Order: sequence, then C-alpha cells, then structure tokens
Amino acid sequence: MNAQDVLFRTLADPTRRALFERLCREGEKTVGALTARAGVSQPVVSKHLGVLKQAGLVRDRHQGRETHYSAQLVALVPLVDWTREMAGFWESRFDDLEDLLKRMDQ
Amino acid sequence: MIDTATEMRSVVVEREIPYPPEKLWRALTQPHLIEEWLMKNDFKPVAGHRFNLRRDPQPNVSVVVDCEVLEVEPNKTLSYTWAAYGLESVVTFTLTPIGTGTHLRMEQAGFRPDQHQAFKGAKAGWLQFLAALEKLLTRAD
Repeated sequence: MNAQDVLFRTLADPTRRALFERLCREGEKTVGALTARAGVSQPVVSKHLGVLKQAGLVRDRHQGRETHYSAQLVALVPLVDWTREMAGFWESRFDDLEDLLKRMDQ
Repeated sequence: MIDTATEMRSVVVEREIPYPPEKLWRALTQPHLIEEWLMKNDFKPVAGHRFNLRRDPQPNVSVVVDCEVLEVEPNKTLSYTWAAYGLESVVTFTLTPIGTGTHLRMEQAGFRPDQHQAFKGAKAGWLQFLAALEKLLTRAD
C-alpha cells in the first residue's frame, strides 16, 4: 500500500475521521478529552488514534500519565497531489475541448 | 489550517473560450462531441439521467465514471455527479458570455472527509484511477 491508499483507508471510517477533524480544528488533545465528546469508549478512541498514528495523520506526545495527540497536516499531502492531478486532467481535457470547437467551425 | 483543508477538497479550472456559449454547450452536452474531448458516454441533458463516462487508455485499463445529471440550464449551467473508485463528487460547468466568447468554469467538489460517500470504499481503486489518469495526461501531452 502506498501513502494515498493508507490515507483514504484511514479516513474512510467516520468516527476516526471525526477524531482527526477535531484535532485539526481544536489542536492538541488528550485521549480523555477526545473520548468525552467522541460518543464511543476510551479503548475505541485509543484504537482509532493508533490507526491514525500509523497513517502519520496524528502524532502523540507523552507528558506524565497523559498522552497528547495532535494532527499532522503534512500527511494530507497525497490528497493535495490528487487535487493537482485532477486539475491537470481537466486542463488537458479543456485543451481537447478547444481543439474540438475549432474543428466544429469547419 | 481549516482553510487549507477546505481548499484542497475542490478543483476549479477556468478558461476563456473564443466561442459563444451556445456552441460550447453543444460540445458539453452532445454525446458524440463529449467523446471527442472527455470520454465515451451515454449522456442525455436531462436531470436524473444516469450515465457512464468511459475511457480505455490501455487494453487492460478502463476508467469508468458513474454519473447522474443534476442540473441542466441550457447555455448556462450543467452539473452531474462523478463517481469512480469510491470517490463521489459533483462536476459543475458554468458558462458566462463575455465580449469575445465564453468564460467556462469547471468546479469538481465533494472530496470533503465529512461527506461520508467521498472516501467510502477507497482503496486500490484509487491507485488504478490515478494511474489511468496519469496515462491519459501523458497521452494528452
């Protein structure tokens, strides 16, 4: 699996995606703080955070007994690449569209 | 942070076309013309019509996009859903007459992680889709 594959698989789960989005919006959080509003139990939250961490989407930091998690936006780069490729796709389609319009004149 | 995240969830390509909207509209809505610049298709300019866009860049590689027409406003707006390999998005073409022709705007939106369908089933299919697209782009060069 490459980075893109891992990224989309990881974000496919709505609960996991919600955790990631919350870290993006609100910054660093402990597992406890995330659990309080996640609607699932702490072990489930921890499991999702583990998957996010493996995908490089979050980073953990240990402080005393607490583990703090933060979002790693750099992991979203493959998504940006995709967008760029899609834009390139449409640009080249539009080149062909313009060629077609020229031919339609004749 | 959120702005960056929102931005990458849609693709906008704009171009000034030196032809009137009516002519451009034909190229966007007539199947034999769509095939010339986009892909093979069974498109009809009727809201609710389901169709496929298909391209076979190599004998063993097919790009198939499932679509449904959402909005048809002749010479002005055309939008349809665009689903391929687990990705669901909406493509909207907006035509605006300008002095020398038409301003064409294409927006492909709906990659937001909060739209459940967008990432559903995404997996190896993405790679296939991207590989196919890349081949198309190379060929178009």
